[in-house]
Amino acid sequence: MLKDITIGQYFPTGSPVHSLDPRAKIIITIFYIVVVFLCKSFASLGLCCAVLLIFILISRVPVKMFLKSIKAILPIILFTAFLNIFYIGGGKVLFTWKFISVSEKGLYTAAFMTVRIILLIISGSALTYTTTPTMLTDGMERLLSPLKVFHVPVHTLAMMMTLALRFIPTLIDEIERITNAQKARGADLESGNFVQRAKALVPVLVPLFISAFRRAYELAFAMECRCYRGGEGRTRMKQMKLKMPDYLSFAVVVLFTAGVILLNNIYPVL
Amino acid sequence: MEDLIIFDNVTYRYDSDGAALKPAVSNLSLKIKKGEFVAVLGHNGSGKSTLAKLCNAILIPESGRVTVDGTDTADEEKIYDIRRKVGMVFQNPDNQIVATVVEDDVAFGPENLGVEPTEIRRRVDEALKSVGMYEYRLHEPHRLSGGQKQRVAIAGILAMQTDCIVLDEPTAMLDPKGRKEVMQAVKKLNRELSKTVVFITHFMDEAVQADRVIVMNKAEKIMDGTAKEVFSHPERLKALGLDVPAAAGLSHELKKRGIDMPDGILDNESFIEAFERINFEGNNT
Repeated sequence: MLKDITIGQYFPTGSPVHSLDPRAKIIITIFYIVVVFLCKSFASLGLCCAVLLIFILISRVPVKMFLKSIKAILPIILFTAFLNIFYIGGGKVLFTWKFISVSEKGLYTAAFMTVRIILLIISGSALTYTTTPTMLTDGMERLLSPLKVFHVPVHTLAMMMTLALRFIPTLIDEIERITNAQKARGADLESGNFVQRAKALVPVLVPLFISAFRRAYELAFAMECRCYRGGEGRTRMKQMKLKMPDYLSFAVVVLFTAGVILLNNIYPVL
Repeated sequence: MEDLIIFDNVTYRYDSDGAALKPAVSNLSLKIKKGEFVAVLGHNGSGKSTLAKLCNAILIPESGRVTVDGTDTADEEKIYDIRRKVGMVFQNPDNQIVATVVEDDVAFGPENLGVEPTEIRRRVDEALKSVGMYEYRLHEPHRLSGGQKQRVAIAGILAMQTDCIVLDEPTAMLDPKGRKEVMQAVKKLNRELSKTVVFITHFMDEAVQADRVIVMNKAEKIMDGTAKEVFSHPERLKALGLDVPAAAGLSHELKKRGIDMPDGILDNESFIEAFERINFEGNNT
């Protein structure tokens, strides 16, 4: 069951979106999120939806995948919508029952917030579906590299991230092995109430931690043997260069922002 | 030929809270020539792994000197000069792979050395081809078999273009198929790329394939010679708790019973050859 977890949810299709520079994709995603927050009307929000839809179609990642990512946070979406419907007053009152009242403004805000959250989630998943975790960390490292001036250990953080990604499947295998070993010795991991089950996990977690430390120790040796000395003087095999498609997508994003601002002014808030 | 690694009367002992432990390696002297394929044999605790770690300054001798191409491993400023000459492959393949994609992992070493990107690309492709893992360059390491992972680790060292590769029991955690693959890769890089190889193992059938075999026992080097020389003393090896390859043991026993077996039989093939010849001569007389 643990093996089913795919890290970073990368979904390769070999589309033009996949081959965009990760830095460009990160910047565009952040920019997109900001623009979504700038939206003041359904018209501009509609434009956001349209742009994202085009992006998804180009990426060839099945829409089903995006629905899956929304499903995961459905409770949060419903909760937000629920709060907005009942707590925001103003405009025409549509419905009252005892102390509960639903107003036009409340309904409007709830719908608006729901669309906004869904757009945020989808744009985030679009980034991770089209970019490998390695590319993401590489992109982040390069984007944040100006922070080195302020002694932020950007390279170290990126390396930690890479190693964490590398060792997740290894540790998952390890958990399975230890769990089976403890079961073979009669450990009962599945029955009992929550507290009992949590306690039963201790004999799995302790060996897991010990082995993780041993692995870390060996890995550090292996890295030193391969002349690792931190980020200084290090080159990279894969160079990142912004190419025509990257500039093109930047241009699209700029146009899109202008469109949203325009629509905000033409169709102001209800 | 020139000597690459020289151990000069080396003693090393692991720290244990001040308590004086028995040395893991004591008064060891040996010379490893450039291009040589040396197997180091010994059972657990014989000091063979310590020997490996002394080769590239992971461990620094307590007394005596280890030099690599004339550089003393105790010189802390030269430590990375030594490690770009002597690379190391460890026992557990999982704990030495750094990246989430095979080719990125092979690139890790040359990237650390500050090699030009186009040159790294060339070296990575070449290294992966020479261990037969080129088709797997875009795979995730955790989906590979143990033997494949070890070959990726070997490619990672090859891409650094070290003169020497030290392998510390690279086959101990592998299945027979993986062991064979790794052994083939190691032999290839010794024969074709003329890398110096120091191969630590406790499998006799692997040690047999080396040019030279060193046997360690209780922190000391007790035998040192060609595979033929070392395995022609099965009694001595057995007394140390080590086995000899089946063919070598059997031909030794036959010889003791007065059957005229030639010296230096190490594998099944040469045993069968010798046996057929004896049989043939027997039929003729």
